[in-house]
Amino acid sequence: MTYQVPWLSLLIWLPVIGGCILLFSTGEKKQTFSKWFALTVAIATFLLTIPVYLAFDNTTAALQFVERDIWFDSLNIEYFLGIDGFSLPLIMLTSFIAVIVVIAGWRSIEHRVAMYLAAFLMMSGLMNGVFASADAILFYVFWEAMLIPMFLVIGIWGGPNRVYATIKFFLYTFLGSVLMLIALIYLGIEAQSFSIKSMQQLPLPMNAQHYIFWAFLLAFAVKVPMWPVHTWLPDAHVEAPTGGSVVLAAIMLKMGTYGFVRFSLPVTPDASFYWADMMIVLSLVAIVYIGLVALAQKDMKKLIAYSSIAHMGFVVLGFFIVFALATDNKTDAAIMGLQGGLVQMLSHGFISGALFLCIGVLYDRLHSRQINDYGGVANAMPKFAALFMVFAMANAGLPGTSGFVGEFLVILSSFQTNIWYALLAATTLILGAAYTLFMYRRVMFGAAKNKKIAALDDLSPREFCMLLLLAILVIMFGVWPAPMFDVMNSSVEHLVECGIQSKLTLEGMCIE
Amino acid sequence: MQTTLLTIVLLPLMGALIAGLFGKQIGERGAHGVTIIGVGVACLLSFQLMWGMIEGDIPNVNLTIYQWGTMGGLSLEVGFLLDSLSALMLCVVTFVSLMVHIYTIGYMKGDPGYQRFFSYISLFTFAMLMLVLANNFLQLFFGWEAVGLVSYLLIGFWFKKDSAVFANLKAFLVNRVGDFGFLIGIAGVLYYFGSLDYQTVFAQATVVAAEGATLSLGFGEWSAITFICICLFIGAMGKSAQVPLHVWLPDSMEGPTPISALIHAATMVTAGVFMVSRMSPLFELSTTALSFVLIIGAITAFFMGLLGIVQNDIKRVVAYSTLSQLGYMVAALGASAYAASMFHLMTHAFFKALLFLAAGSVIVGMHHVQDIRKMGNIRKYMPITWITALIGTLALVGMPFFSGFYSKDAIIEAVGHASLVGSDFAYYCLLFGVFFTALYSFRMFFLVFHTKERMNADTRQHLQESPRVIWIPLVLLAIPSVMIAWWTAEPLLFGNFFNDAIRVQPEHNTLAMVSRQFVDVWSFALHGFQTLPFWLMMAGLFTALLVYVIKPSLSESIANQFAPLKRLLDNHYYFDAFNQKVIVPITMMAGKGLSKFGDEKLIDGLAVNGSAKLVNAVGQISRKFQSGYLYHYALMMLIGLLAASIWFFWPQLNV
Repeated sequence: MTYQVPWLSLLIWLPVIGGCILLFSTGEKKQTFSKWFALTVAIATFLLTIPVYLAFDNTTAALQFVERDIWFDSLNIEYFLGIDGFSLPLIMLTSFIAVIVVIAGWRSIEHRVAMYLAAFLMMSGLMNGVFASADAILFYVFWEAMLIPMFLVIGIWGGPNRVYATIKFFLYTFLGSVLMLIALIYLGIEAQSFSIKSMQQLPLPMNAQHYIFWAFLLAFAVKVPMWPVHTWLPDAHVEAPTGGSVVLAAIMLKMGTYGFVRFSLPVTPDASFYWADMMIVLSLVAIVYIGLVALAQKDMKKLIAYSSIAHMGFVVLGFFIVFALATDNKTDAAIMGLQGGLVQMLSHGFISGALFLCIGVLYDRLHSRQINDYGGVANAMPKFAALFMVFAMANAGLPGTSGFVGEFLVILSSFQTNIWYALLAATTLILGAAYTLFMYRRVMFGAAKNKKIAALDDLSPREFCMLLLLAILVIMFGVWPAPMFDVMNSSVEHLVECGIQSKLTLEGMCIE
Repeated sequence: MQTTLLTIVLLPLMGALIAGLFGKQIGERGAHGVTIIGVGVACLLSFQLMWGMIEGDIPNVNLTIYQWGTMGGLSLEVGFLLDSLSALMLCVVTFVSLMVHIYTIGYMKGDPGYQRFFSYISLFTFAMLMLVLANNFLQLFFGWEAVGLVSYLLIGFWFKKDSAVFANLKAFLVNRVGDFGFLIGIAGVLYYFGSLDYQTVFAQATVVAAEGATLSLGFGEWSAITFICICLFIGAMGKSAQVPLHVWLPDSMEGPTPISALIHAATMVTAGVFMVSRMSPLFELSTTALSFVLIIGAITAFFMGLLGIVQNDIKRVVAYSTLSQLGYMVAALGASAYAASMFHLMTHAFFKALLFLAAGSVIVGMHHVQDIRKMGNIRKYMPITWITALIGTLALVGMPFFSGFYSKDAIIEAVGHASLVGSDFAYYCLLFGVFFTALYSFRMFFLVFHTKERMNADTRQHLQESPRVIWIPLVLLAIPSVMIAWWTAEPLLFGNFFNDAIRVQPEHNTLAMVSRQFVDVWSFALHGFQTLPFWLMMAGLFTALLVYVIKPSLSESIANQFAPLKRLLDNHYYFDAFNQKVIVPITMMAGKGLSKFGDEKLIDGLAVNGSAKLVNAVGQISRKFQSGYLYHYALMMLIGLLAASIWFFWPQLNV
C-alpha cells in the first residue's frame, strides 16, 4: 500500500497544535506575530480542504479518507476518522469560518490576543474532529472538548453579564450531552464496537430505541437549539465577542443537526419515526413562535440569535419529514427535504456568521448593540450598507441567495407531507422579512441620528474583504447551489434508502 | 438563439454591476452610458426577435441554460421560454425601460445617488427579463422576488426620508404576504404535477384536473387545481396590487418618479397579470378560481378608481389610476380574456409610463411640488409636456382610436360575455369605472395644465419646459400610446398571435364572442362612439370640466354634501388604518408577549432558573445536616439504622 497523506488528521491537529504554539507566545509584544501566525495556520488548514474536496468521490456514500488505528484496545475504541457527504461540507465551512474569525478579531480584541486566537484555532480543529470522527467515543471527546475553548472565549472576552451566560451555556450543553455518552456506551457494548457505522447497522428493539433517541435528542436539541431548550443561545450570543458569536452561529449549532443525521435518524430510525411528529411540531414552533419573538427584540445580537433558532427549525423540519415521505414512497421528496435541511445548515453558516460580523463592525465603532442607538448608518457607511443589505436579504430568504435554497426545498417537501406544515413553515417568508428588514431599516436608514453616526468610518479594507468573501459565497450558492447538492447527494440517497429503514426486523434492514 | 436571449438578459445585469460597483470610477456619464447601451441593445434584440416571430422565421424556443440542482429524480433548472407571450413582454419591458433610462438622465441630474439609481433600474430590467423569460416556476419565483427587491431598494432610494423607508418596508412585507400564497401554490404544483417545468406541468394539467384530486385544509375539500390557482393568484394580488393587498402601491410613490413609471406602472406591477396569463392552462380548469380573479379585479378596478378623485398629489392620482387599470387587466383574466388583458398590459405600459413621466416632468418644472392644488395653467410653460400628457390621458380614458380604447373596450365587452359567478357584478364595476376614470383623469389634467395659476411667484418664475432628455422619451412614448393598437389590436385580440402561449377553453372564450362584431380596427373605433362606455367617458369628462373648471365652487359643495363618503375615500376605505391599528399591533404584541412570558418568565424564569433555584434550595437544606457535630452524625446514623432495619424486617413483623 502506498503512503497516504492523513488529510483528516492534518485538518484536526494542524490548528490544534498551532493553537498550542500560540499559547506559549503570550507576550503582548508579539501581538502582530501571533495574528499573522494564526492567520497562516487558519488559511493553511482551509487550503488543506481543497485537495480533499477535489479528491472526494461524489458517487459513494461510503466513508472516505479513512484513518483507522487502535486507541483503547480493551474497550474497542479506535482512532477512526472518515468523511462522507454530510461531513465534508461542514469541515470546509468550519475551516473557512476559522479564517474569517481570525481576520475579524484583528483589531477588535485588545487584550490577550494570542490566547484569543489560540482558542479559536483549537476550536476549529476540534470541530473538524467532531465532523470527521467515525468512532463514537472519539466523536464524543471532540464534542465535549470543543466546549472548553468556547466557554473560555465567552468567559474571558465576553460582555458584562458573561458569567451568567457561560454557566447557562455550559450547563445546558453539558447536561444534554452526558446522556448521549450513556447511550453511546450502551450502543458500543451492544455492537461490540464503537464505530458509528456499526451502531447504524445494529438492530435494536423498540424500547431501547426510545431511550437512545431521547438521550440523543437532549444532546442535539440543546445544540441546535430547538424550542424550548433554546434560551441559552440569545444570552450566549449577547455576551460573546464577535468571533465567538460567529463560530457559535455558523458551526456549533450545526453540530446538533449533524448529530441528527449521523446518529438519531440512522441509529434509531423507528423511534425517530415514532417521534417525528413531535419533532416537526417543535420545529414549526421554532419557526413561528421564535419568528414572532425576534420581532420584539431590541438588541441586534438577540434578534439575530432568535432568527438563527427559527432558521435552524427548517433544518430539523427537513430532516424529520423524511419518514412520512419515505413510507409514502415519495423518495424524491424525502431526498429534497434532507437536501434542503443540509443546504440550510451551510447557508445559515454563511449568513448568520456574516450578520454577526456586521453587528461586530457596528459594535467596534459605537460599542452598542441596541437598535435604538443607531439610525441612518447608511449615510456614513455606504459600502457597509450594501453588504449588510445582501446578508439581510439572504436572511429573509430571497431567491438568488443561499438563504432561499434550503427554505424553499423544505417548504416544497413539507407540502407533500401535510399542507399545514408547509403553510406554517412558509410564514417565515413574512416573519423573516419583517424582523430582518425592520432591524435594517431602524439601524441603517433615515437621517444620521447623531454626530457620532454621521462621522462613522466606512469599512476598512480588512472588514470589506471578509464581508465581501461571504457575500460572494451567499450569492454564488444562491444562484448555483448544484455543487452543494452534488457533494451530499450520495450520502443523502443512502440515508433515505438504507439509513432510515426499520430496524425492528432483520428483513427490513439494508445489509451492506 | 441561446446567445441572443442570454445577451438580452445579461447586458442589463452587466450594466447594473458596472454602474453599481464602479460608479465612482466611471462617473455619472459612464454610469448612464453603460446602462443605456446595455438596455438599448437588449431592446433592439427584443424587437428583432419579435419581428422574426411575426414573420415566422423564429420558432418558439424552450431551452435550459444550466442545472440549478438535482434532488433524487427531480431536476431544477434555469432556462428560457420564448414564445409570443414572453416576446411581447420582452419588447414592452426593454422599450419602457430604455425610455426611463434616458429620462432619468434629466430627472436625477445632480442627485448624489445618480450611479446607484442607474445600477438599480438596470438590475430591475434584468430581474424582470428573468421573470418573463422563465420556463419554470423556480426561475419565475426568482424573478418575482428579485423585482420585489429592486422595487424595495428604489422606493427607499432616498433613504433619509422616513416616509420613504416606511413605504419600502411596507411594500416588501405586503408583497411577501402575496408571495406566501405564491410559494404555497408552487409547492402545490410540484406535489400534484411532480415537476416545476412549465411544459411538463401544462401538458398534464387536464389529466390532473380530470383525476379530480382534492385536498383538505380542515375546512372543506378543495379541488387541487382551484387551490393551486388561488394560491398563485394571491401572489399576483401582491405584485399587481389587488385589493386587499394593494395598500403598498400608493405609498410606493415615495420613490423617484422614473421608477414609478417603470416599476410601479408599466412593468413590475403587471407581473401578476403576465403570470396568470402564463398559467392560463391551469386557471382555465377552475371556474371557481376564475370567478375569484374576476371579482377581485373588478373590485379593484372600480373602488380604486374612485379614490383617484380625492387625491391631491399628482403622483398619487396616477398611482390610483394604475391600481384601477390593473383591476381591469385582472378582471379580464378572470373572464378568460387573457389576450385582452395582455393587450391592455401593453397599451397601459405605454400610456401610463407616459403619464408618470409627464407628471415627473411637471414635478421637475415645479421644483418638486407635487400638490395639484398648487399648480394650474402649466400648459403655457410646458407645451410638450402638456400635449403628451393630453395624449396619455385620452388613451387612459379610452377615447376611440387611441390605444387604450381598444384594450379597455375589449375587456369590458369580454367581461360582459362572461358567464361566471359574479360576472354581472364585475361588468357593472368595469362599466361605471369608465366614468370615474375619465373624471379623475381630466380632473388632474385640468387642474394641472389649465385653470388659473396657483403656484407661488418664485416657482412660476422658474417654470419652463423640461430639458430634451426628459421630453424626448415623452414623445417616444406618446407615439405608441396613440397608434400601437392600430396594428396590434387585430392579431393580439382576435388573431392567433397568442395561440401557442395562451390556452382558453372554448366555452370560456369570451374574446371569440367579442370578435364576432369585429371587422377592422377603424370600424371598431367608429362603433365605439355608439357604445355605453364612450358616453360614460364623455360624462366623466364633462363632469370634470364642470366641477373643476367652469364652476370650481361646485366641488366643495359636493364634497360637503357627501361628507361621509368623502371621509371614507380620504381614508382609503380604512385599509391602512386597519393594518396599522389591528394587524401590526397584534403581531407585535404576540412577539412581545411570547418573548416576555414564554421565553423570559416560563422557560427561563420557571424552568431554567427555577431548577437552578430548586437545586440551590435542596443544597441549603441538606447543608444543615452537615453541621460538623459528632452527635448529629451519630443521631443520623441511628435513625438510618432504625429505618433500614424496619424496612428490612417489616415483612417478618407483619406475619
